[in-house]
Amino acid sequence: MTDIAIRAQALGKRYRIGVSRRGYLTLRDALSEGIAATLHTARALVRARPRAARTDNTIWALKDVTFEVARGEVVGIIGRNGSGKSTLLKVLSRITRPTTGSAEITGRVGSLLEVGTGFHPELTGRDNIYLNGAVLGMKRAEIARKFDEIVAFAEVDKFIDTPVKHYSSGMYLRLAFAVAAHLDTEILFVDEVLAVGDEAFQKKCLGKMGDVARAGRTVLFVSHNLQAVSALTRQALVLDGGQLIHAGETSAALERYRALWTVRGASEYTNPGSANGITRAKVIPSGPGQVHRAGEPLVFEFDLRLSHKLTSASFSFQVNDEEMRPIMHLWIEDAKQPWSKTGGARLRCHVPKSRLYMGRYSLTTYLSDRTTFELYEKLDGICAFEVVMDGTERGYEWKSGACTFLEDAEWSVY
Amino acid sequence: MSAQAHDASAGATITIRPASGWLALNLAELWEYRELLYFLIWRDLKVRYRQTAIGVAWVVIQPLATTAIFAVIFGRLAGLPSEGVPYPLFVFAALLPWQLFSGGISRAAVSLVSNANLLTKVYFPRLLVPLAAVLSGIVDLSVFFVILAGMMGWYRVTPSWAVLTLPLLVVIAVLAAMAIGIWLAAFNVRYRDVQQAIPFLIQIWFLASPVAYSGSLVPAGPWRVLYNLNPMTGVIQGFRWALFGKTPPDPLAWVSVAVIVVLFVAGLFYFRRLEDSFADVV
Repeated sequence: MTDIAIRAQALGKRYRIGVSRRGYLTLRDALSEGIAATLHTARALVRARPRAARTDNTIWALKDVTFEVARGEVVGIIGRNGSGKSTLLKVLSRITRPTTGSAEITGRVGSLLEVGTGFHPELTGRDNIYLNGAVLGMKRAEIARKFDEIVAFAEVDKFIDTPVKHYSSGMYLRLAFAVAAHLDTEILFVDEVLAVGDEAFQKKCLGKMGDVARAGRTVLFVSHNLQAVSALTRQALVLDGGQLIHAGETSAALERYRALWTVRGASEYTNPGSANGITRAKVIPSGPGQVHRAGEPLVFEFDLRLSHKLTSASFSFQVNDEEMRPIMHLWIEDAKQPWSKTGGARLRCHVPKSRLYMGRYSLTTYLSDRTTFELYEKLDGICAFEVVMDGTERGYEWKSGACTFLEDAEWSVY
Repeated sequence: MSAQAHDASAGATITIRPASGWLALNLAELWEYRELLYFLIWRDLKVRYRQTAIGVAWVVIQPLATTAIFAVIFGRLAGLPSEGVPYPLFVFAALLPWQLFSGGISRAAVSLVSNANLLTKVYFPRLLVPLAAVLSGIVDLSVFFVILAGMMGWYRVTPSWAVLTLPLLVVIAVLAAMAIGIWLAAFNVRYRDVQQAIPFLIQIWFLASPVAYSGSLVPAGPWRVLYNLNPMTGVIQGFRWALFGKTPPDPLAWVSVAVIVVLFVAGLFYFRRLEDSFADVV
């Protein structure tokens, strides 16, 4: 036996976005796509050019990730939403295959990517303990032996023979966590299963995780809870954009992680000497460090100076994504809200609920005259800021590039 | 860590690589996960009749009602021959393997999709899911056998020594359901068209099998040959032969069994090739 429990070599995972991920094809789509692909190949052959790699609709959720974890080590994995943390655990747990690279894992593996996987609402707590245990890879005898301990840990003894659909969400989570916590494999992959239930139970969960960490087992665990990571691990991996950007001491990893939150590029644009145009432009996001949380109010501020009189002034700006594609366009016209006559003004644009999806953005501004169609000033790529999905709850990981904006919607089921 | 002591994989090294063509079947791993297979079957059975007023009685009502309807329409009104066996008994004996088969493939076809939450969160040999879906039909079958025994007593029909072939016939029916089921399950992950086509497929297959009528009605010649290549023809005729001792199934049935075996083994490899991508697509 080696001293290395996990050895990952240049692991990469590519997803097709749009169709395959979280959406299935119909046969007709496959046929028409197949025909299109054939034509494409035929055309490429005629032109004697290699078939263009269809990278346009694929995304590398994980790229060239290489690391080693020694036996008995507890390693945290941190990174922003969509950085590839969950994909890494999925690849290592053999739920999905890597596209490139390889990994070697020595020892029996248990993975907890979710609490309560396989729980069935119609079944009783007792049944679900057995079912969930079996799904997680426990033997029947093992579950039977730990049964009382699990029930006691979850504090649901009175309801153990009640279908779990009648449980409160707290009880449900406690039971689910209790089963998971009693999985003892040599290697454990844990994805954000801490922090379930009320505060008292969260403490208990963390305590249990601490026991696991001290028991000499190899643990890889993904978390957004930086406190938990620093309390439980001495080593951590930092992922960003699918790449491993740091592997080592947890304290250094946390620093590296925090540094990710400051955006490249200036947040503010200033040009005090401008005669016909913007002297200052600024984005005011909801958080510090030019980071904006999706769904929160977003403010844009522009100071304009006009030495030249415009007949019908119009100011507009676009918000562009990282590839400089305009995502939204907002404008103000002098005809409706006069602002150009006085030689200058501060324009403040308040978006009560920003719908921008996670990603990096910048602005393009236009100052023009509506009647003469004269463009006085156009500025490109100013005021960089970033939108994050922090605090927006969803059952699975946010992936960058999954969409461009988020809409409010109400679902009905008939 | 005592419970894992007998675990063959303890201390072993797993290698994770990108998919590379056809893979070995890894039956040892399947065996290692046999308890999960048991739990999946058990869950299927426990959940199926939860929150129904009469619960497990549905297992019995469905085939009995079908038998009664067929007996009236085909036996009384149409006056179809039933090989000298009382018509209700004639139909019920065929419904046993038929339900096992048709229920098996329709459950198996949707099994991966309806267990998407498991596929995307836990690793285990994915083959267990459609296999469990087919095998849960065995429990229903054993209930039917009890009813059948009662009916045979009522009609005073005694089986011959051929009844000993029943276990083999059940195995063939299960194998047939698995052979078709694993293909459909894997297709359905990618193309939900399968889900739409299933009721239709089963209806056609039902009419092409001697459930409601006797296979002797099919004219001899090429049609009869084709008819006998339907694995369910052999199984159903085998059931009637085993229980009532009339005409044995056509020797061509063995060809259909061979086809089923080939389809099953090919299905296992096909499934193995695709299973790693299920979590990404489902």
